[in-house]
Amino acid sequence: MAVSTASAERNVMGKPKWRPLEGEGNLAFLLLLPTLVLLGMFIAYPFLRGIMLAVTDTRVGIPGKWVGLDNFARLFADPIFHAVVKNTFLYTAVTTVFKLALGLWLALLLNRNFKFKAFTRAFILLPFIVPTVLACFAWKWMFDPTFSVVNWMLWKVGLISSSINWLGDGDLAMLSIIIVNIWRGVPFFAISLMAGLQTISPDLNEAAAIDGAKPLQRFWYITWPLLLPVTMVVVLFSVIQTFADFQIVYVLTGGGPANATHLFATYAYQLGIGTGLLSQGAAVSLAMFPLLFLIVIFQLMYIRRVETR
Amino acid sequence: MIEGAKWRRWVYFRFPMALFLIFLLFPFYWMVITTVRPDNELYIPWMRPQYKPLWTWNPTLVHLQYLNNETTFWLWMWNTTFIAVVSTAISLVCGVLAGYALSRLNFRLAGLLGTGIFVTYLVPQTLLFIPLAEIIRTYQLGDTPWSLILTYPTFLIPFVTWLMMGYFKAVPKELEECARIDGASRWEAMLYIIIPVAVPGILSAMIFAFTLSWNEFIYALVFLSSPEQKTVPVGVISELVRGDVFFWGPLMAGALLGSIPVAIVYSFFVEHYVSGLTGSVKG
Amino acid sequence: MAQVSIHNVHKRYDDFHAVKNVSLEIKDTEFMVLVGPSGCGKTTTLRMVAGLESITDGHIKIGDLIVNDLPPMDRDIAMVFQNYALYPHMSVFDNMAFGLKMRKFQKAEIEKRVQEAADILGIRDHLHRKPRQLSGGQRQRVALGRAIVRHPQVFLFDEPLSNLDAKLRVQTRVELKKLHNRLGTTAIYVTHDQVEAMTLGDRVVVMKDGIVQQVGEPLDLYNTPANKFVAGFIGSPAMNFSNVRIVEDAGTLWAENPGMRIKVPDHLVARMRPHTGKPATLGVRPEDISVANGADPVGMTFEALTEVVERLGSETLLDVRVADGTMVASVDPTSTARIQEKIQLAFNPHKLHFFEDKTERSINAL
Repeated sequence: MAVSTASAERNVMGKPKWRPLEGEGNLAFLLLLPTLVLLGMFIAYPFLRGIMLAVTDTRVGIPGKWVGLDNFARLFADPIFHAVVKNTFLYTAVTTVFKLALGLWLALLLNRNFKFKAFTRAFILLPFIVPTVLACFAWKWMFDPTFSVVNWMLWKVGLISSSINWLGDGDLAMLSIIIVNIWRGVPFFAISLMAGLQTISPDLNEAAAIDGAKPLQRFWYITWPLLLPVTMVVVLFSVIQTFADFQIVYVLTGGGPANATHLFATYAYQLGIGTGLLSQGAAVSLAMFPLLFLIVIFQLMYIRRVETR
Repeated sequence: MIEGAKWRRWVYFRFPMALFLIFLLFPFYWMVITTVRPDNELYIPWMRPQYKPLWTWNPTLVHLQYLNNETTFWLWMWNTTFIAVVSTAISLVCGVLAGYALSRLNFRLAGLLGTGIFVTYLVPQTLLFIPLAEIIRTYQLGDTPWSLILTYPTFLIPFVTWLMMGYFKAVPKELEECARIDGASRWEAMLYIIIPVAVPGILSAMIFAFTLSWNEFIYALVFLSSPEQKTVPVGVISELVRGDVFFWGPLMAGALLGSIPVAIVYSFFVEHYVSGLTGSVKG
Repeated sequence: MAQVSIHNVHKRYDDFHAVKNVSLEIKDTEFMVLVGPSGCGKTTTLRMVAGLESITDGHIKIGDLIVNDLPPMDRDIAMVFQNYALYPHMSVFDNMAFGLKMRKFQKAEIEKRVQEAADILGIRDHLHRKPRQLSGGQRQRVALGRAIVRHPQVFLFDEPLSNLDAKLRVQTRVELKKLHNRLGTTAIYVTHDQVEAMTLGDRVVVMKDGIVQQVGEPLDLYNTPANKFVAGFIGSPAMNFSNVRIVEDAGTLWAENPGMRIKVPDHLVARMRPHTGKPATLGVRPEDISVANGADPVGMTFEALTEVVERLGSETLLDVRVADGTMVASVDPTSTARIQEKIQLAFNPHKLHFFEDKTERSINAL
């Protein structure tokens, strides 16, 4: 279509006012600046310093000199470190499996309509909300070999006849911290999975029921696959937190007895802050990172695969 | 739905649910009972017939008094609350702005920075605490609330950002476009339109940050040393345990009182907490 | 009030060319409708006028001003979105006042304008309510009100009626027309519904695949479509198309296919002659097909088999089979046609359209 260029018509170029914050790039930079500064100063920078600490032999008050990978070599040969690695993996694996199973069960129970549902849901989250250290003291008192109410209960129902040394026996101590971790984590799993369940339209289950599927089949073929994306994210968050856990072990066992419950974090603390061997402590902390990184990458890949299926 | 006979409801629902509730809530009951149980009842070994754990007929305030008089417990409460409030405020401001930038603005580094912030969430405090301790000491922030106020946002901001990104993405693009046609600059559109609409998300982030702050332990343990500066978890563990001796009465009293503020604040925002939790996993 | 000039405008996204060399002149006070199927580029063009999309090539003028580099807020336009885009946390009054507040208008002036618009649209009673308390139709009015108070140079509409139910859509269409008559502001309206286009537009632009197919008044598009696409898009039920071959027999031209043999009307012969021996497309609207009554002109009838009979009361639609194709005929409501019956149908010779085989251009319009 021809544009008429009558002599009376003018073309005036519209010039925008100078507004520096209109540019998306500029505004984004400004908005992200405080975050980047804080994270840079208190995560990136310490991370690098952590690496530097790990390759020197710094101690509290005594600056260190370069030792290369000596600290890591020492850890490699350190039997306590071996125990730490074994403990952490065992702790993470067992608790995650149980948290998932129990959390799922609780989520399924919560997914119905019943009286006081809102109250129940609110109370259920308490183990997760309340400061872990404080709750762990309650557990410690509950597990105390002389005064344990848990022992009393088990004795009353006839399951045991003598004292169980929850926190004093190597394997039992691991069991104890696993129990407490599960106690704290089940609410997180339950509430998150329940939200996931609610996104699954009840029509699907009803259609399957009409098609003749029994409850267990319906769960396995319909509910579980649709729940998988949420499940993977929940498991990812939980694994990270559990792998790097500190509070539960610190309060309940301090890493003992005989290093039976030492995790990366508690051992790092003992070495770095307890005995002042900063570099060695930093090395233990850093040793967490590649393992954590691998676990995260695997899970993210799995999540991506599940989501694009 | 478990249809059918009433016994099914009891077996498949009421009974398991009761078990779960007992398992999850008993420790809190234990805290309460121990707090008001007098010492002579407290230290009865469990095998003795006098051991009656589930109830006490002689409740006492002795432990609470001990807490009040012999320790700087209330100072710890104040410290923890102050630190939590300020950290939460800082994290909300940073996280909301960052979340907006990453979810609604188009710029080259958006993807990279988003991933970067997510990655920092995966770096646990137990990895950084040793080098951070050194840094804090160097800048003479040690043993002050500022050591925590500045470091807590490092794990709060990524979470707030992540959460807000989800909420911001749910705000329709047209709302912003309309505001811009109406004459609002990008900044004004963000301030007057997008953020108000995302208020539920901000409340969720707030309650989450608050509870996470209260729950933090290792930084507080490592950076604070004098009793007046400590937060509740650190104070309880260091002042109420002398060597191998645990003052169980006051300890439980401290644990109970220390748990109450968070529980109360949480109870006002349960819905927001739950949707924050679920929002963060539904991504 | 101002005219809008879209001049050789292109829009490219990475490797997708959404709008190709579109040029339009929209006169002052004109109500121009952009219509076309999804993905034809009409919304993209509208958004370029609004400033919500950047212009890859060409320029757009509002009034005398080239607006390519101006952000939306400086273009003196108002837009009504498909989803109304009402600010959910503000009252109706605040929704309508927002734009004026952003431009630093005085409170008294804002009050006056909002009340004025509320009166015109009949939403005075809802001013203190929040959007979620309003029905779809009421929300729509608020969206309109928000645009009106700004007294802009141009109104832009992005499929504003799509979210309304059928009855409300018809009602609102009429009210929009009345509103435009009253306010007289230049308007650009985007829709995929050809009925809206025909009833609302002073002029209509049909678009497909990013290219303008035809611009004209509604009846012009109906009577003289420029190509097969426009012919099939405008009018409902859609025009029937049949593949035919043009043959010459003793001086007269015929359009032939296995099912029919139609004489090319005299007024089209000159234009059709160059196409002798070649394939073409014959287009006839259902309303231009009637049941043969013996008084029809020669060479205008053909035989068909009825497959479906739809009695609407005002007309009866016959789905018929001709050779290996189907056609829809809109016949007199008193017709006694039954299914699976042979029937003789007749074309209206003045309403035949022929289209070139490859280019699909209308031969009538040549």
